[in-house]
Amino acid sequence: MSSGGTTTGVTRAEYCVVACAEAWRHAGEVLAAPMGTVPAVGARLAKLTFAPDLLLTDGEALLIGDVPALGARPQVVEGWLPYRQHLALVATGRRHVMMGASQIDRHGNQNISCIGDWARPARQLLGVRGAPINTLNNPTSYWVPKHSPRVFVEQVDMVCGVGYDRAAEAGWSATRFHHVPEVISNLGVFDFATPDHTMRLRSRHPGVTVEQILAATGFALTVPGDVPYTREPTTEELRLVREVIDPKGARDREVPA
Amino acid sequence: MTAEQVVGRLRTGMTLGIGGWGSRRKPMALVRALLRSGITDLTVVSYGGPDVGLLAAAGRIRTLVAPFATLDSVPLEPHFTAARQRGAFDLVELDEAMFMWGLTAAAQRLPFLPVRAGLGSDVMKVNPHLRTVTSPYEDAEELVAVPALRLDAALVHLNRADPQGNAQYLGPDPYFDDLFCQAAAASYVSCERIVDTADLLKEAGPQTLLVKRAFVNGVVQTPNGAHFTSCVPDHERDEAFQQAYARAARDPDAWQRFTERFLSGDEEAYQAAVKAFHAEQPS
Repeated sequence: MSSGGTTTGVTRAEYCVVACAEAWRHAGEVLAAPMGTVPAVGARLAKLTFAPDLLLTDGEALLIGDVPALGARPQVVEGWLPYRQHLALVATGRRHVMMGASQIDRHGNQNISCIGDWARPARQLLGVRGAPINTLNNPTSYWVPKHSPRVFVEQVDMVCGVGYDRAAEAGWSATRFHHVPEVISNLGVFDFATPDHTMRLRSRHPGVTVEQILAATGFALTVPGDVPYTREPTTEELRLVREVIDPKGARDREVPA
Repeated sequence: MTAEQVVGRLRTGMTLGIGGWGSRRKPMALVRALLRSGITDLTVVSYGGPDVGLLAAAGRIRTLVAPFATLDSVPLEPHFTAARQRGAFDLVELDEAMFMWGLTAAAQRLPFLPVRAGLGSDVMKVNPHLRTVTSPYEDAEELVAVPALRLDAALVHLNRADPQGNAQYLGPDPYFDDLFCQAAAASYVSCERIVDTADLLKEAGPQTLLVKRAFVNGVVQTPNGAHFTSCVPDHERDEAFQQAYARAARDPDAWQRFTERFLSGDEEAYQAAVKAFHAEQPS
């Protein structure tokens, strides 16, 4: 159970789902590209409620015309998006992706490639994948299921997703379409709405203290005087998450209660 | 051709493109044939999956050009990660789209193509050979000049092909197999089934004819030849076997046993060992 703050039985994973869904509220008619379970539930929730124009994929090459449960096959296909078109779509900007981050710093630089010295890493991870093109072309948010000082670091070991400082250094071609709207973790929601575009705590999930977030963050985080709670899901949103989108509770395996 | 004949056309030190994506439609029978040869010192260009893993484990890669290596349902390719951690090969780590435009530049005989991707990221730092180019038009934008990824040879696996090399994909994604073939001096297609040219359109429309014979130097029929990666609709990824591969790859003794059991014979022996593996699995 979540450790207080509410009496509605809403789990931490469900607050995270709602926070992820909110990232796509004003995205418009673009591809929502969630990576990870909670963002996938969030994108589907957004489409079923306040962002019906979103495009969603089946995780492979099809754009789905319905909103099936996680893992279920779509009954309606509305389009084709093989990898070559997906990469080309990124360059059009008609997409808002939510990627994972093995490390992220206060400027929004993200690393999924490797830990340690790149030439001979202590721990090789995925590789840069599409983080460089994503961050320079379409809004790129991040999802961190386990907020810790090992993830929220002073400096990432390899800049894959480009943050605000590195984009500015690289010049206008890099900043032109660069936008990192949000970072969502199991503890709260963060943005870069500060004068120097460094990370700010926007809201904490019910049951989480500011002290807890600061202790789990390895850099100086901007904290406003009054930190609101992440909003409550509506009854209808909870029903959609629990009965329609994720009846098997995959979200709880990513963010345990 | 046979897989052995394809490998007979390859040489130590070549730059080799491998089609598919991650653990999807990889020309694994050709990779296994390559493992049985003495060819080494390769520059491998791949959206990496177990093709990269197997070649890395066998010490055949001198340089890897890739944006990632993954088994999809198993996020990290264990042989790739281990090889990187022991510094087994040089890595040219490119963004997924930079990779695509590099292949495209090679296919179109261009020295480079301009892309936005890469600016501001450490891809520029770990690849000091990368240059930028300034737009000659009013905008004067500075963009990354992704160099052409020219290949000495390409290996791809498709669902169907005719004997001349017209090759067809029947799944939802072509990946980049046509580009690999066009970017290569010589290309070899393995397929689930060789069919008469007149039968190519019996299963699907003309837009599924992905690879043209003018870009193909040899065709091999290798049923289940993408195993254990997916080759839908002919076969899904063999998740149970992939799990066994990944578990074995994380432990040297287990890997030794895996190699002896599955990779010490020819392709027929491999497929028979896979059948035996499944017969042992609890249903």
